[in-house]
Amino acid sequence: MTRRELFLGFFKLGALAFGGTGPISRAIIVEDRRWLDDAEFASLLGLCQALPGANTCNLAVMLGDRFCGATGAAVALAGLLAAPLAFLVAVASLFTTFSTLPDVRAALYGATAAAAGLAIGTALKMTAKIPFDPWVVLLAAAAFVGSALLRLPLPLILAVLVPTSFVFASRR
Amino acid sequence: MKDDLLLQIFLRFAGISLLAVGGATAALPEAQRQIVGELHWLTGAEFAETFAIAQTSPGPNVIVFSLFGWRLAGLGGLLAATLGILGPSSLLAFAAARTMRRAGEAVWLARLKKALIPLAIGLMAANGYLLARGADSGFVATLITVAAAAFVALSPRSPLWAMLAAAILAVVASRSGFLAS
Repeated sequence: MTRRELFLGFFKLGALAFGGTGPISRAIIVEDRRWLDDAEFASLLGLCQALPGANTCNLAVMLGDRFCGATGAAVALAGLLAAPLAFLVAVASLFTTFSTLPDVRAALYGATAAAAGLAIGTALKMTAKIPFDPWVVLLAAAAFVGSALLRLPLPLILAVLVPTSFVFASRR
Repeated sequence: MKDDLLLQIFLRFAGISLLAVGGATAALPEAQRQIVGELHWLTGAEFAETFAIAQTSPGPNVIVFSLFGWRLAGLGGLLAATLGILGPSSLLAFAAARTMRRAGEAVWLARLKKALIPLAIGLMAANGYLLARGADSGFVATLITVAAAAFVALSPRSPLWAMLAAAILAVVASRSGFLAS
């Protein structure tokens, strides 16, 4: 495995991952590039999800390091981010250029309201996807109230809720 | 002055990097608390707009932080923000993968993963609520937010359809005089 292959593989992942990197990362890493088999991928992704930070970025760091060492980790991460960041700068520049046009203002107003709904809808969808458990609902509600309504600092919320949630996850 | 801003962006984002439990979105309520509430770098509406623009792009959700950096200080800001938000979490991932390579799927790890799910859900919902509150732009916006939430929760289609439909609806509403902006 060369650094070039790492970069190109993660570049493809980043460029194609519209609306979330989850499904496409498995498709590229397991099926397209055959870097890992299904079990290895699931195990590595599990570690990424337990650690803080963007899951796919953590995955790029770990795979890059496994195949090509520390520079491999940096190369994989750069490959993953190159296309999305270029796309983002292009779109943001367009909005800046045309932000005085009434239609563009209105479109951004609508898209912004929808994006807030997108986050709420994703939270609902995540809740529906896992087996119903009153503790999950209670802990999610506590995180919501602490963060959205009480506006508590996140370190405080996590210091209380991560250990609490861990205890309940261990009992089930 | 400019260098000072870049350093501040880097340090602020590095400070919230390790708070992103279960994905980058979990750190957004804290980012809004600091960027809008404490530092007044952006208004609530600008913060929400930037989040919306980031949703149109492919790639990991974490790039919304890069866009905050771009908005605050151009290309330098984008780099400072990206290095800040990814630096600490990437170093931790790097160290964890090296030390736990043979640990495999440890029991405590599976439990930790499971324990973070409810928190990620609550913080994701908080993010949506705070974005809607921060933009605070009236009845039509609230209606669009509720409809988009329902669409994303119930339909398997890409959320981008909801954003596109909302953008078109808002242009029509604005041209017919329903939006006083």
